[in-house]
Amino acid sequence: MNSISNIRAITKRELGGYFSSPVAYVFIVIFLLLTGFFTFMAGGFFERGQASLENSFFVWHPWLYLFLVPAAGMRLWAEERRVGTLELLLTLPITTWQAIAGKFLASWLFLLLALVLTFPVVITVNFLGSPDNGVIFAAYVGSFLMAGAYLAIACMTSAMTRNQVVSFIVSFVICLLLVLCGFPPVTNLLTRWDIPWLVNTVAAFSVITHFEYFTKGVVDSRDVIFFLSVIGFSLFTTGVIIRSHRAG
Amino acid sequence: MIKVENLSKSFGPKVAVNGVSFTVERGEVLGFLGPNGAGKSTTMRMITGFIPPSEGKVTVGQHDMIEDPIPAKRLIGYLPENAPAYTDMTVEGFLGFIAELRGMHGDARKRAVHRVVEMCFLESVLYQSIETLSKGFRHRTCLAQSIIHDPEVLVMDEPTDGLDPNQKHEVRGLIRRMGEKKAIIFSTHILEEVEAVCSRAIIIDRGQIVANGTPQQLKQQSDAAGAVLLIVRAVAGAQLVERLSGVANARRTAIVKEENGKVWARVYPKSANTNGELARNVLAAATGWQVEELHTEEGRLDEVFRSITLPETAKSAKP
Repeated sequence: MNSISNIRAITKRELGGYFSSPVAYVFIVIFLLLTGFFTFMAGGFFERGQASLENSFFVWHPWLYLFLVPAAGMRLWAEERRVGTLELLLTLPITTWQAIAGKFLASWLFLLLALVLTFPVVITVNFLGSPDNGVIFAAYVGSFLMAGAYLAIACMTSAMTRNQVVSFIVSFVICLLLVLCGFPPVTNLLTRWDIPWLVNTVAAFSVITHFEYFTKGVVDSRDVIFFLSVIGFSLFTTGVIIRSHRAG
Repeated sequence: MIKVENLSKSFGPKVAVNGVSFTVERGEVLGFLGPNGAGKSTTMRMITGFIPPSEGKVTVGQHDMIEDPIPAKRLIGYLPENAPAYTDMTVEGFLGFIAELRGMHGDARKRAVHRVVEMCFLESVLYQSIETLSKGFRHRTCLAQSIIHDPEVLVMDEPTDGLDPNQKHEVRGLIRRMGEKKAIIFSTHILEEVEAVCSRAIIIDRGQIVANGTPQQLKQQSDAAGAVLLIVRAVAGAQLVERLSGVANARRTAIVKEENGKVWARVYPKSANTNGELARNVLAAATGWQVEELHTEEGRLDEVFRSITLPETAKSAKP
């Protein structure tokens, strides 16, 4: 298939781009240090005395991704635009969708790699007790999907500008809104207004609520569809933005 | 091969390209001339499908660039302005990547990379990352990617910009050789390049085509086309003008400069100067003078370029 080989070529190049610069190494090291710190120090992994990763490890993911994922995605399009390679890429015989898919997949795979490298935590908890590894696996799947949703948003904001810092800040704010939708202080505030449908709508957009089901070992199609539709919508918008920029 | 019909592009209220039409056939090298901001790059971006036109149509081969972009883009090799490239890749990796997206795999891909590396003299930097390359090498790397699939149509935005004279010569030679079998469009500021390489030239100004013809035809629009330049020693300028004004078919005689006892004078013809008639008349009139040089001028492209593209006010202010 032609389109698959095009997507694969772009994914390969983009992944190579991560590892030929310090970005990949810095990102992975920081990510692992922070997850380690939050799990064992702030999350009180040992003090809890539970053979579970739900409240010590996974609970931090929505917050860590908040600034790490926009950092991983901010260069995707902004850099192409700044250097001028966008002109090269989009005059090759490939469609815009293939380019978007290839780039997104590359970054998503990169985030997957970072996530997989947290495996020592899983080994530790298995060594100390006997956790439900099915629940842990479900939580990893949820974490991966959530990272994809953040990443697709970062991809969209990256297409808007040639400035990586602007891209980073805008995607940070959008992701923050998605996190805060389900944050207790915000939902409590809305409950006080006593408009049930508003509370429900806002809470439905919360990544935390959707992610929490995964950490409890529940893989509900509604949560999967939520993350996939955020990804789909953001990537579609990316395409629209790229097209409109070219139209002048 | 390339057919551009009534192409227009506006960015907001600014009209960048306004009703441009032309065709380029196989075996033609079309030079695209014009001052900065005349719409050269915008036109090329529309031809290569990077930006859609506001109006008009681009056909490459049999394919409409807007309706059917993928097959049209397959036929084109494109060297964008400033020769962008993925700076974190090695030259080999970059060319391989482009070859892959051009649909070449395995052995075919290796052969294609090898071929352009040889053509563009990149052997010595093959495994170097592009950000460490000098401008000339970087430029040739981007040139190499544009011809990696041996395209039938080649579009180049200032292909010799930033190269040293030797490299310029190389690239011109390359364009000329490829022009025998392909349809090529390239833009440039360098007028001698047009004479050296192009079979046809278009001058574009403020988004519109203002001249279209072979370099020869364009040169003949020059004021000095067919004029006779005469250099003599030890004659006063005034005396020279007086005697030469009487020559048959001479419209006007002007002293170009006087230096070290030598006088440069230019005699402009009344009507078309064919077969050196004016030159013989001038030589006859110059009997007895120490003539050092005498030749018929072809006209100069830069003069034509200036007279066409300068705004009216600047033209009248010209000495």
